[in-house]
Amino acid sequence: MKLSGKVHKFGADIDTDAIIPARYLNTFDPDELAQHCMEDADPLFPSRVEAGDIIVADKNFGCGSSREHAPIAIKGAGVSCVIARSFARIFYRNSINIGLPILECDAVIDAVQEGDELEVDLETGVIINKRSNEQFQAIPFPEFMQAIITRGGLINYVKAKDSNA
Amino acid sequence: MGMTISQKILAVHAGRDHVEAGELINCQLDVILGNDVTAPVAISEFDRLGYPQVIDRDKIVLVPDHFTPNKDIKSAEQAKILRDFARKHKLSNYFEIGQMGIEHCLLPEQGLVAPGDLIIGADSHTCTYGALGAFATGVGSTDMAAAMATGEAWFKVPEAIKFVYYGKLPEYVGGKDLILHTIGDIGVDGARYMSMEFTGEAIDSLSIDNRFTMANMAIEAGGKNGIIAPDDITQGYVQGRVKRPFNIYKSDEDARYYDVREYDVSRLEPVVAFPHLPENTRFVSEAADVKIDQVVIGSCTNGRIEDLKTAAAILKGRKVHPELRVIIFPGTQQIYLEALRLGYIETFIEAGAIVSTPTCGPCLGGHMGILAKGERALATTNRNFVGRMGHPESEVYLSSPAVAAASAVKGRITPPWAV
Repeated sequence: MKLSGKVHKFGADIDTDAIIPARYLNTFDPDELAQHCMEDADPLFPSRVEAGDIIVADKNFGCGSSREHAPIAIKGAGVSCVIARSFARIFYRNSINIGLPILECDAVIDAVQEGDELEVDLETGVIINKRSNEQFQAIPFPEFMQAIITRGGLINYVKAKDSNA
Repeated sequence: MGMTISQKILAVHAGRDHVEAGELINCQLDVILGNDVTAPVAISEFDRLGYPQVIDRDKIVLVPDHFTPNKDIKSAEQAKILRDFARKHKLSNYFEIGQMGIEHCLLPEQGLVAPGDLIIGADSHTCTYGALGAFATGVGSTDMAAAMATGEAWFKVPEAIKFVYYGKLPEYVGGKDLILHTIGDIGVDGARYMSMEFTGEAIDSLSIDNRFTMANMAIEAGGKNGIIAPDDITQGYVQGRVKRPFNIYKSDEDARYYDVREYDVSRLEPVVAFPHLPENTRFVSEAADVKIDQVVIGSCTNGRIEDLKTAAAILKGRKVHPELRVIIFPGTQQIYLEALRLGYIETFIEAGAIVSTPTCGPCLGGHMGILAKGERALATTNRNFVGRMGHPESEVYLSSPAVAAASAVKGRITPPWAV
């Protein structure tokens, strides 16, 4: 699966309270959550983000709470992929489970600028910066996780597994 | 090569004799937990799976604790989803207002989690139960949904960091200070994906309530789980509470660790974490003169009876500073009642604090004590992220109940010995 979109850059240790503050957790409607996505890190993000855009962040993205509302808000906002130096583990797991593509890549973080256009190949982990034509290699998913992502999340994966059994 | 206690528990639940760090395995679960924020999503996903019933009505625990007593109509609807699901599937462990408490105080108290268990909870502080020698870790709602259907979850076998605390703890230094100091040392991602194994003579003599506090904050260093090998203190706690058989595991002598870190606790002071990350720690004597607007004592980190005892001992016969609000919230109804019988509640009210029903509310900026722009809180909770307790321009400082109580009297961050 190939994706392309415009970069929104964030720093290190972006926590789940910044991604979707707890004051909005009395719903799990993706559209409603999307309206407040990243609000406490960048109040203008919900109005600026466009379908297909890519979040690029430094280390430990998604640290803190287990709220699945965080990747749901990001996906709901139309973000096609999150690339970070590293991810907190519950956020990583939740993203895979709901079918939000995420990639770990060290080299790309400092090399891209806000607004750059990236092309991402999820199978190979190859990322191309269309502005500079630079190419980066992210760690591709293990096969098992790739299968979950391709099916659009864990629920569809479990359903498919059950119907094959 | 030997295994760590965490690896052993995972191996047993995968039906294996041995596992290696990095392996992806499928495990049978003992307890599956959710709350009023995460379980509604899980229930919706469970329904989408199309299973007619849950795998085991005794293994699922639902606790509406985040926005309860219902703070608004939307929260009431979410809590109702849990209640309806619990009734429909005849769940043994659904806790309504009146019986409920903050989940991570409630489950151990009710004997629902045991040494050697494999527990997942759709709440990041599920790692608390590692204090009993269980492997307990936070997951999201979809994992919870799949687990309610299949009784299983997949895990990547974690590496471990061993933390050795030696020496005798000075007065006013406890589990909260040990864990904050550790997070300050390794950083908020210092144990990312890894088990944090707490050992050493200071842990051997640490009370169970202080152990819960330590395991609770493993996630604040990015840890997958925090764990303390069961001993007589553990046995003393679970005896009479846990009504089913359980197993005790310990790390092998030749278990391999990613890192071993040692601390001489006799040199420590109470620790305060400054905004906006739990790793921004300082000793309390280096934190003087931070004026605060609100003190919060409670939560799944420090809402147990020993925490309230510590706070009451300092507040007894003293008054809360006039320019400050103090909110104390016991972790469960049972803790609340015990505090009442021991006279702590009277002490708090006479000092000018308010005492709240058990709820996660103030800790996550949900309700019951939201901060205005520019306000500062000192809290015994676990996170001090931007906007955690209210306005994005408010600040949260983290400490032990002793520092929080002393600071409540002085109106600024204060060492417990200075009141």
